[in-house]
Amino acid sequence: MRDNRTLEIGTGLFVLLGFAALLFLTTQLPASGLKIGGAKKGYMVSAEFDNVGDLKVGSPVAMSGVRIGEVTGISFNEKDYKAKVNMRFDEQYNQIPDDSFAAIQTQGLLGGKYIGLSPGGGDQYLRAGSVIEQTQSAIVLESLVNKFFASYSSKGGTQTDAPTDTQSKPESKK
Amino acid sequence: MQDDLKIRVASPATEAARPAPVADAVVQVRDVHFALGGRAIFSGIDLSVRRGRITAIMGPSGTGKTTLLRLITAQLTPDKGQVLAFGQDPASLNDRAIYALRQRMGMLFQNGALLTDLDVFENVAFPVREHTDLPEPLIRKLVLTKLQAVGLRGAAYLMPAELSGGMARRVALARAIVMDPELLIYDEPFVGLDPISLGFILRLIKQMNQALGITSIVVSHDVQELSTIADDSYLLSGGRVAAAGAPQQLRNSDSPAVRQFMTGGAEGPVAFHYPAPDYLTQLLSDD
Amino acid sequence: MTNGSSFVLQGVRRMGATALFLVRLLAQCLPALARPRLIVNQIYNTGARSLIIIMLSGLFVGMVLGLQGYQLLQRFGSEEVLGSAAALGLLKELGPVITALLFAGRAGTSLTSEIGLMRATDQLTAMEMMAVNPLRYVAAPRFLGGVLAMPLLTAIFGVIGLFGAQLIGVQLMRVDEGVFWSQTQDSVGMRDVTEGIVKSVVFGVACCLVAVYEGYNAEPTAAGVGLATTRTVVASSVLTLLLDYVLTAAFLQ
Repeated sequence: MRDNRTLEIGTGLFVLLGFAALLFLTTQLPASGLKIGGAKKGYMVSAEFDNVGDLKVGSPVAMSGVRIGEVTGISFNEKDYKAKVNMRFDEQYNQIPDDSFAAIQTQGLLGGKYIGLSPGGGDQYLRAGSVIEQTQSAIVLESLVNKFFASYSSKGGTQTDAPTDTQSKPESKK
Repeated sequence: MQDDLKIRVASPATEAARPAPVADAVVQVRDVHFALGGRAIFSGIDLSVRRGRITAIMGPSGTGKTTLLRLITAQLTPDKGQVLAFGQDPASLNDRAIYALRQRMGMLFQNGALLTDLDVFENVAFPVREHTDLPEPLIRKLVLTKLQAVGLRGAAYLMPAELSGGMARRVALARAIVMDPELLIYDEPFVGLDPISLGFILRLIKQMNQALGITSIVVSHDVQELSTIADDSYLLSGGRVAAAGAPQQLRNSDSPAVRQFMTGGAEGPVAFHYPAPDYLTQLLSDD
Repeated sequence: MTNGSSFVLQGVRRMGATALFLVRLLAQCLPALARPRLIVNQIYNTGARSLIIIMLSGLFVGMVLGLQGYQLLQRFGSEEVLGSAAALGLLKELGPVITALLFAGRAGTSLTSEIGLMRATDQLTAMEMMAVNPLRYVAAPRFLGGVLAMPLLTAIFGVIGLFGAQLIGVQLMRVDEGVFWSQTQDSVGMRDVTEGIVKSVVFGVACCLVAVYEGYNAEPTAAGVGLATTRTVVASSVLTLLLDYVLTAAFLQ
């Protein structure tokens, strides 16, 4: 008879491992799956942008390069035709001035989008439910290039300054 | 004792009279025809296995002795004719009834056929565990008793791979009798055994029959050994029963074919040389 | 012409025989549950003993996926979707299929040769003579054990593969770890995970059925068992890939 103990321990380990893997795949991975740790702690803040580019749910929110939260929801506000972005800030970062400036930036040259916060000077801090007023939308690369060529091709082209945030062309997914 | 078994020598050409059904026969085979893969194996077989006797079924290799066993144990159904085991026709039974029938029989296979991942004890205990709800201590006593009967109680915890051929067969015998069957079937029990183990098996077969009154069917082509213990014997050849009777009667039979088989003689219908063209011609030519 | 049609006829006969076998086998699965010890034995045989090869393969496949994926995505400037690409590829396709193929090679052949050997040494016939249904005692536990082990093996393959891809992507290719996982979590939905699990179960049923069938019906000789083993691998592989297509198409709805 095969050694019972080895058999039982071996099978038990295998089954445990398998279920752990299954559990991991079904809960940690999918966006809609149940998260094991439960909702992470933090407070919700929102902001509106003219154009979010390809910012995704889960994209990080960073200040001075340090990740302080993440995007939890992106929706369309029909009243003012802007994109509303909900964010969750880690609760330990609760001294962010409420006049901070939120811009959608790109990681690296062609990387994913994230929200970068630049601190304002006010003495009120962001709390749950706060809305960030000052925002800058995503830079859409094609429009930038178009603008560049457009301004350059006009004789004696004085370059226009930094592109503004008004883009009406819908962004195409890379 | 022999009156209900007549010595018949039936060559394939003649039609021998069919014997009347024997009253106390555990197994009756009546005019059975069976073909496998286009080849006719049996073309009219009759035999009876009397209760409490050792019946030998002999014949050259390939005559279908094992097939006959499979017909008796309801693994195969005859194309024509009837097989009766314990008075019932297995062909007419459903699976459950067939299994019930088989529990009254024990079968010893040529190579023992022990389950390789169980040890000796568990192998013998297997039928008991599967078919009964006996408590563990009782099973233990039962298994050890049967192992004692075949002389292998000391080997109870060895694995089949560690047994010699003879030992494996004895364990298989213990397993075959553990449920106290009424009929024991031995399929080529002597093949490949050394003289000592052979002697053990022979004595065990005789003992099972005499001490426990178990009807026994022994299939073998080992004529010498079989003749020493068999009460009735049948010689199969060419898909029919070529001879039947007590072993001694067969040895003195009129038919040269039967005599050649029983005595292993060189003279007789079965030739030494396989059919071939002329010897001298083939040697001298360049082919 | 006759050769071709008899070949087809043989094939059809074989399929019919397999289907009948499956039905009888399934019928014995329920009573076989009365012997959990046998099934546990078989989960060990088919699952735990395949663990090493599955984990190793998962790691390497994941790493290759990371490497190739990164190279490929770099051409389109989308390296950051490496996580998504690797995860989806592993979960939906590579995980179930490669696990099934490896399973057929390791566990399937083991099942076939075990059962074939039992057939060749008359153990199965002996069981029938002892009025024990070999389908119930030998075939069903092995079938069930394998079917239970497959999804677990596939899940392990997938997880290790993901880590392999992450290893390459993050450590070697400097893709941001957070982006990797957030991208992954974002693009993988329950539907994708379900697809992977369903595929693994279906492949498990197919491979185990083939393995058990071939062993049970092998010629009772040494050569016969060898042939049966080869047929197991071939049939399992083809069946797996075929079912993969069917299921992928089905899940596209």
